[in-house]
Amino acid sequence: MFHWLEKNPFFFSVGVFIVIAFAGLIEILPNFAEASRPVQGLKPYTVLELAGKEVYKKDNCMSCHSQMIRPFKSETDRYGQYSLSGEYAYDRPFLWGSKRTGPDLHRVGNYRTTDWHETHMFEPTAVVPSSIMPAYKHHFTNIADIETAYAEAFTVKAVFNTPYDVEGGVKLGTWEEAQKMALAEAKLITADMKNKNVKDAVESGKIPEIVALIAYLNRLK
Amino acid sequence: MQSNAALEYDYSIAKLFTYTTILFGILGMIVGTLIASQLAFPELNYLLGEYGTFSRLRPVHTTVVIFGFTLSGVFATFYYVAQRVLKVSMAESKFLMVIGKIHFWLYFVGALLATISLLLGFTAGKEYAQYEWPIDIVIVIVWVLWGVSLFGIIGIRREKSLYISLWYYIACFLGVAMLYLFNNMEVPTALVSGYGNIMHSVSMYSGTNDALVQWWWGHNAVAFVFTVPIVAMIYYFLPKESGQAIYSYKLSLLSFWGLMFVYLWAGSHHLLYSPVPDWMQTMGSIFSIVLILPSWGSAINMLLTMKGEWNQLTENPLIKFMVLASTFYMLSTLEGPIQAIKSVNAIAHFTDWIPGHVHDGVLGWVVFMIMAAIFHMTPRMFKREIYSRKLLESQFWLQTVAVVLYFTSMWIAGITQGMMWRAVDEYGNLMYSFIDTVTVLHPYYAIRALSGVLYLVGFLMFAFNIYKTITASKRLEEEPQFKTPMA
Repeated sequence: MFHWLEKNPFFFSVGVFIVIAFAGLIEILPNFAEASRPVQGLKPYTVLELAGKEVYKKDNCMSCHSQMIRPFKSETDRYGQYSLSGEYAYDRPFLWGSKRTGPDLHRVGNYRTTDWHETHMFEPTAVVPSSIMPAYKHHFTNIADIETAYAEAFTVKAVFNTPYDVEGGVKLGTWEEAQKMALAEAKLITADMKNKNVKDAVESGKIPEIVALIAYLNRLK
Repeated sequence: MQSNAALEYDYSIAKLFTYTTILFGILGMIVGTLIASQLAFPELNYLLGEYGTFSRLRPVHTTVVIFGFTLSGVFATFYYVAQRVLKVSMAESKFLMVIGKIHFWLYFVGALLATISLLLGFTAGKEYAQYEWPIDIVIVIVWVLWGVSLFGIIGIRREKSLYISLWYYIACFLGVAMLYLFNNMEVPTALVSGYGNIMHSVSMYSGTNDALVQWWWGHNAVAFVFTVPIVAMIYYFLPKESGQAIYSYKLSLLSFWGLMFVYLWAGSHHLLYSPVPDWMQTMGSIFSIVLILPSWGSAINMLLTMKGEWNQLTENPLIKFMVLASTFYMLSTLEGPIQAIKSVNAIAHFTDWIPGHVHDGVLGWVVFMIMAAIFHMTPRMFKREIYSRKLLESQFWLQTVAVVLYFTSMWIAGITQGMMWRAVDEYGNLMYSFIDTVTVLHPYYAIRALSGVLYLVGFLMFAFNIYKTITASKRLEEEPQFKTPMA
């Protein structure tokens, strides 16, 4: 049979394809039926949080930080409750990471505050003296892309039925409304911040990346 | 094999891809050495402003090495090997020549754009699948063009039976196509909403589902880019360089079909102890162990091909490259399954042992094999002998030392950190704060950075040797039969 296959490239290729596709059918597909259900009380990301998630992604924080706490005592002691599948239901893409050059961040919102993040992102060694993390000063000057974050929320609502605009949930609204809400949310964060330029920018209606990023990090609980 | 005198093969496309192999190799290794150094000396993060941090550059390193260097090497050897094992010249079909040229140029431009897009921060966020959707579309077109070349040249072949190398090239084509398409299913947000950046997209899958699809891809990108086509190369170049027939056809059958079936299951070993269903994790673990069989099958087949001819190891440095490559392949494919055992993974996961494992595979196996292939092809494509054997020998030892430094330092770093994270004192409290487990790694990070520099220097020696071979070396009257001539 193998000699015959090697003389018939078409059937050879079909054979190879069936053999390699097999595992995916058995192992990947069944999970789709159940795994993406959210845990009770999980809310979709606000537009500002999404913009922060985009900053997290753009600067590739997940190359050094995981968001996945394994069910070991040494991990739950350090980071809190182990991670549940349903907590990630609104993460597109997932941001578990695969390497901990720095600590896990899945529940960082429980034990770090806005001003801690502000100081740390500007100069990590100011709070952790021997840290090897680079400073992300450009987050204080770059303006977050709120419009793309709105586009993302709009898209997941339209395509994947992510529950925006439901009673007691997160409101998305129109682009004009979303801008106003993002700015109001940003002001709540800058109230706890020190950097004058950032505060001024938000007062004038522009949201620096650091504000969005902190909104996202604070939400990780 | 019979004499090739009657056929004049066309190497124009193989040559182009050879150049990009070297170009992307240098680029990828410079970035790799830089980011390795950043972990030891954080001040190096600020050389390029916001574009130069470890985090921004890490995907640039991985994707340039995977899709730039390695794929170029795969295409270069494919356009060289396929003609020869099928006994047909590319030049016999104008259509295939045109397709091949478009394949190269679109690939090259696409790879540059892709790299720039990552530097600018356009990323889909999934490892080794960071490219945003417009770049993905270019990649799919490039891949289809390669498919046309691959099946086109098979279509006009004279030799009816497909040689083993071609099995692996076909598998590489099909495997990457399937995995890449499924993992990069994205919804462009600007097209749906009419707002925001046109490059932005969201994954079709969310959370745990996304993780499963991602590691089904992530692990098997290793399979179908770093393993399958490299095995294709060694099945062709080792017999051609040594004049020895492959040891066992049956063993090659077993390892090929075994590898195809088993590899795809193993992806979930990247998700051990995660919220992915337990049975999937167990399957990933078990199949990773089973994977030793087909992997070692190929490697042992290679080593046994040299049976009774081990003297060639001292006479021909290219044999040394390939034997070392198979040996590192064996090391790496034993190490991987060990890390996939759940209790080992509990310590190894998230630590530097994982990049250590990847690099003994990539630096020791993939890069060594591709360099050996280029050393074999260049004299035949350009009809000149290799410029300097001495340079080649010193490069070999320099890079071998570099690989050993790399993986030993990362083994120690990984296990140290893994143990420190879980260490508790007599009252059951954690003994170390996180930063303690970072500062302790400094010497190992420094050794790793040094190994990067050594490896890069070795690769530059390789590039220089090839450059001088093409431009200034002694011309060859006729094609050498087995051993590659060198000065």
